[in-house]
Amino acid sequence: MKRRIGIDVGGTNTDAVYLEDTRVVHAVKTPTTSDVTSGVTEALRRLLLAGTPVAVDAVMIGTTHFTNAVVQRRDLTRVAAIRIGLPSGASLEPFIDWPEDLAALVRGEVFMLEGGHEFDGRPIVPLDTAGVRAAARRIRDAGLTAVGVASVFSPLNAACELEAASILREECPDAAVTTSHQLGRIGLLERENATLLNDALVGLARTTTRAFTQALPASRVDAPLNLTPSHGLVMLLSVAAAFLSKLTDALVIDVGGTTTDIGSLRHGFPREANNVVEIGGVRTLFRMPDLLSIGLGGGSLVARSALSVGPRSVGYRLVEEGLVFGGSELTATDIAVAAGLVDLGDQRRVASLPAELVTGAITRIHAMVAEGVDRMKTDAGDEPLIAVGGGCFLVPDRINGISEVIHVEHQAVANAVGAAIAQVSGEIDRIFQDLSRDEAIARARQLAEAQAASAGADPRTLTTVEVEDLPLAYLPGNSLRVRVRVVGEIA
Amino acid sequence: MALRPVSAAEIESLAIGAWILGTGGGGSPYLALLNMRKLYREGVSVSLLDPMDLPDDARVAVVSNMGAPLVGQERLTDPRTIALAVQMMEEYRGCRFDAVMSLEIGGGNSLQPFMAAAVLGLPVVDADCMGRAFPEAQMTSFAIHDLTMYPLTLADVRDNAVVVARAASWKWMERLSRKACVEVGSIASTCKAPRTGKEVKECGILYSTSKAIRLGQTVQSARRLHRDAVQAVIEAEGGQLMFRGKIRDVARRTTEGFLRGTAKLDGLDDFRGAAFELAFQNEFAVGWLDGQPRVMTPDLICVLDSVSGDAIGTETLRYGQRVSVIALPAPPILLTPKGLEHVGPRAFGYDLEFRSVFS
Repeated sequence: MKRRIGIDVGGTNTDAVYLEDTRVVHAVKTPTTSDVTSGVTEALRRLLLAGTPVAVDAVMIGTTHFTNAVVQRRDLTRVAAIRIGLPSGASLEPFIDWPEDLAALVRGEVFMLEGGHEFDGRPIVPLDTAGVRAAARRIRDAGLTAVGVASVFSPLNAACELEAASILREECPDAAVTTSHQLGRIGLLERENATLLNDALVGLARTTTRAFTQALPASRVDAPLNLTPSHGLVMLLSVAAAFLSKLTDALVIDVGGTTTDIGSLRHGFPREANNVVEIGGVRTLFRMPDLLSIGLGGGSLVARSALSVGPRSVGYRLVEEGLVFGGSELTATDIAVAAGLVDLGDQRRVASLPAELVTGAITRIHAMVAEGVDRMKTDAGDEPLIAVGGGCFLVPDRINGISEVIHVEHQAVANAVGAAIAQVSGEIDRIFQDLSRDEAIARARQLAEAQAASAGADPRTLTTVEVEDLPLAYLPGNSLRVRVRVVGEIA
Repeated sequence: MALRPVSAAEIESLAIGAWILGTGGGGSPYLALLNMRKLYREGVSVSLLDPMDLPDDARVAVVSNMGAPLVGQERLTDPRTIALAVQMMEEYRGCRFDAVMSLEIGGGNSLQPFMAAAVLGLPVVDADCMGRAFPEAQMTSFAIHDLTMYPLTLADVRDNAVVVARAASWKWMERLSRKACVEVGSIASTCKAPRTGKEVKECGILYSTSKAIRLGQTVQSARRLHRDAVQAVIEAEGGQLMFRGKIRDVARRTTEGFLRGTAKLDGLDDFRGAAFELAFQNEFAVGWLDGQPRVMTPDLICVLDSVSGDAIGTETLRYGQRVSVIALPAPPILLTPKGLEHVGPRAFGYDLEFRSVFS
């Protein structure tokens, strides 16, 4: 049995759970504190009070801290950028499409040097090693503590980035160096952006880790600490996956106060969106789930006449403005209370609502859910639907094309559960030439597995969650781009 | 010659509209757009020239980027390289150009003449020779009119320069230039056979640049007003909705360097219960509704994100996307018997008699 503590430091609450395998044994919720540490210490204290053993296998902390730092433009480290690829790409320098305010905080020295590779592995021109050394000295003299290195086609051939990193280690041993091939995908600007953002968070990661490391002994908890950046629904989806260890394909619906998000799990992992993901206004290749958001939630306003529901909502003011809470607005929650779907607030305050209004609105709400679910479905067959979120009572028990609706336990602390069972992934995105499709995929899978293992995954637990092969137009020699992602538990 | 300055906002609209006119191919204009934004920030402004104002003897450079879009995502496009291809042609021919125009208004090539024009201080002609995107060099209005296809200059980021002085046919020009392009990394900037003002006026597809700008503006204004962007495009451009649904399956393969494949869609909304199949060869070529041919090239087949109205390329089609398939009218020259020989369904290997959805 694996015993784990998961902690999610959110903007409002710090949640903590104790898990035995995937079973939630204890769950607590405390307010997030400005120093973070005392909130975490308090959450751990209450978890122990509830009976959690002091010796566990791992403590996993998930936090939206990092994303928030970028979004809120705070606690960012100034970064030096080294781009290797001249004479190609000279007009679009690093930080090119960043919002000006963010670039002003993060952009340190920028160097563009000769080197890089072609799609078939030939060098564009030899790497300018003297230029790298001169850049490294300037970075040291400028006192910069983080360096991002991105070279053309480094996911195919990382030699230039590795050589630059080794020169940087010699010349400025104290600087943190991130090389873009560690972040995978083809697409130089997006990969470079992710590299530079990663570097910009180096300082924050150090202080956050220190804060968490101090919190553990203070709470007497004895276990290795793992820090994972979390992102709302990504976590939630993998939680749902864990609760469904047998059913790996399902839809997930998260009904909040104002909106409902619907996602899809494939092989236990969220189906990804195709769109380029922006973090704080910067295009990156970070992975995000494909979501459909509809304007329906517990706080959605219900029009008495036309029987329309949402998209206007009272949002978090539901507990003041909803009818059952003593307010004067008719919300989806009031309708659900009147229909007996949930017991909240003062039921008597909705007793006089006309029956046809209640049934009409419920029919409308159920139709909205069914329509959204159907849009996200990609298989003709029936699939299970996992319902989470504060407004999940709005999800009907029976939906066309849905085999069953499953309500998840402990959903209020789902992000903490997500942190506890966070997995490590490895991803490869390469162009293979003159290999059969099966050979190319097998080769890519091996490389992805090696990468996941070196990132700390237990090799015995690795599973392949995504395989995509894309033949390429206008390239010779039967070129195939293969992207493979594998995941596994932390060793 | 009447010149109209193009604003930075119009360049943004052009990028959106050109991606739709790309009919799934032509490569995303994003990186070219970044270059244009930077040039405009530095104070450059490019002017658009009404093609009918071109003197008959005016010299016009026809430019395009050539190669694999994926390589372009790493070896980022640079205005100086496309300008270099134009300068090579001036040097080879021993004369200066009066204006630049696009080979292909669909996709990233819509912005290449703007990048060249910004560096060289020339105007851009409001025209191209495809009115959309196509995969091969002979699929142009100039080829349909049997204009000469040589010479061609090809510029690399290194100090490599290739001139194809003569070619026996459009097919030979494609083969020779493609070979050189692969050698320099499957990405190169090219200047095609120069055109006179008379040739552009008689054989070009006129006003396609302003059409792409207008198309982009339609999408932007629909988004601002939270209106249905797909419907807005159909209304503004006299298009037709072919299908609305979600992608159930995508299959791709490459043959002779081209990305061929099919996408299968299941209907949503008014199309619930129906099925659609799209065939593509870099661009979308034919669409079948419940097994019957519904729409085919050269009618423009555009796949748009049903919510945002953003165009979706054949390389970014994916399982589960919710899309609308629309048809937009093709330039009349492509619909002539000679035009259909070059760009009709049989030119892409489909044994179908062309029928326009607009006839």
